[in-house]
Amino acid sequence: MLVIDGVGKTYANQVRALDNISLSVDPGEIVAIVGGSGCGKSTLLRLISGLDTPTEGAVRLDGDRITGPHEKIGIVFQEPRLLPWLTVADNVGFGIADRPRAEREERVATALKRVGLPEKAEVWPRELSGGQAQRVAIARALVPRPEVLLLDEPFSALDAFTRIDLQDHLLDLWADFKPTLIVVTHDVDEAIVLADRIIVMRPMPGRLFDEIIADMPRPRDRQSAAFDFAKRRVLAALDRSLNRAPSADDGETRSEAGAALWW
Amino acid sequence: MSLVGMTASAEPALASAPAAATTDRNRFSRPLLGLLLPVGAAVLWELAVRAGLSDGRLVPPPSTVFETFAELASTGELWRHTVATLLRVLIGFGLGVAAGTLFGALAGYSALTRRLLDPSLQALRAIPSIAWVPLFILWLGIFEASKIALIAVGVFFPVYLGVMGAIMSVDRKIVEVGRVFRLSGSAMIRRILLPAVLPAYVVALRSGLGLGWMFVVAAEFMGAAEGLGYLLVDGQQLGKPAQIVAAIVAFALLGKITDGLLAAGSAPFLRWQDAFGGER
Repeated sequence: MLVIDGVGKTYANQVRALDNISLSVDPGEIVAIVGGSGCGKSTLLRLISGLDTPTEGAVRLDGDRITGPHEKIGIVFQEPRLLPWLTVADNVGFGIADRPRAEREERVATALKRVGLPEKAEVWPRELSGGQAQRVAIARALVPRPEVLLLDEPFSALDAFTRIDLQDHLLDLWADFKPTLIVVTHDVDEAIVLADRIIVMRPMPGRLFDEIIADMPRPRDRQSAAFDFAKRRVLAALDRSLNRAPSADDGETRSEAGAALWW
Repeated sequence: MSLVGMTASAEPALASAPAAATTDRNRFSRPLLGLLLPVGAAVLWELAVRAGLSDGRLVPPPSTVFETFAELASTGELWRHTVATLLRVLIGFGLGVAAGTLFGALAGYSALTRRLLDPSLQALRAIPSIAWVPLFILWLGIFEASKIALIAVGVFFPVYLGVMGAIMSVDRKIVEVGRVFRLSGSAMIRRILLPAVLPAYVVALRSGLGLGWMFVVAAEFMGAAEGLGYLLVDGQQLGKPAQIVAAIVAFALLGKITDGLLAAGSAPFLRWQDAFGGER
């Protein structure tokens, strides 16, 4: 279980990025974090990953306090960040270089097959499309079998079709061994397609604002009424988080307008 | 004459990277295109001298240069001078590269050492390297040591600057990937930093080598009993322009060959590069 306990972060330049965040995430749960820009959602993800350390409070995984990058926590960044001097296969196997060669090769081959790129094993990253590169990045993060996988706006740089494709693909991969997923996103649809729970944050300083449970069976139909309902709730919460409370009569139009503006 | 060595080594730095994906036809026709100008000029000059338009005494025609070359080669003298010069360049280059890499890595890796070292080294860099010659001769004598020291100083600065700059500009995002996978300090250097700086390092080595060839001439001008620079001075004093041109041609060839070896030797490690590489 991942526990975030009273975490706050003040940067060296005195900017207060996060204030008193407490949250616990069950094993296998998928949590999406949404919020206006500057609400500290990426900062929170970096604190969980151990790349940054909180000024107050602590992040714990199964009781272990996270003070630096942890072997059970993987992360996928907004950019694929593949190492250009390694082939795709070597990139995927980057995190398990200490394992015996045969095991490494087998796990890399399996992972590449799972992300649908077995024929790309020996090519250089420069030859991949954006979507393919991000798949490789996901494979690289999953190969060490983390308990928690963090994703920082992982599909925001991709076109709409590729994005939807990769969202479904991510869920498919998640079902293999059900790691905890924490996805930072500014795409409300993405949050609802993926997450069991959607956390809305508010900015200056970053705080938790609201939490919406998306209790729908997977795979989720993006056209269904339940989906639409959840989406409206998230958008309304985002609106309120930015102090743009929708008035009673034109609630829906306001939140649609807010949807275009909130990030 | 030093200029010949310089341009010979500086020019292919642009054309190096992705020369792999070319057709066979291109592979042969492209160098031919580059030869058109010098060969054409040589042929024209040869014809002009043959036709009696010039006596070719101060600007010897290619045939005379070639004869001088053959003569020097047949007595074994060309070989002796070439080896002497080549050895000086290689030893000086080796020392300069070793020191430049070490100090460049120290200054690039840690802000503390950079603040400590860089101001002094930049101040030293501002001194024209030839100005060291009298001091080196006093310290190290007039034989090999002072010449090699001068070459090493010439090679040091481009390598130092290249390594320091390359390390400082390694993408933070890539370093973070190493941190996420909990690489130790040495693994971070081996698996992230070294491959990341390699392209810039090769460029630094090549400009260092170019300067090495430049400084070996300066070093051999200060009085050498052998070496291609000695052939230059000797040719001037005895009024043998063909010998001077022959030595210049030898410098050009050696500069080009050593640079080509360096580029070819590093190419297998840089196949991954996604560079523009100039219009094909």
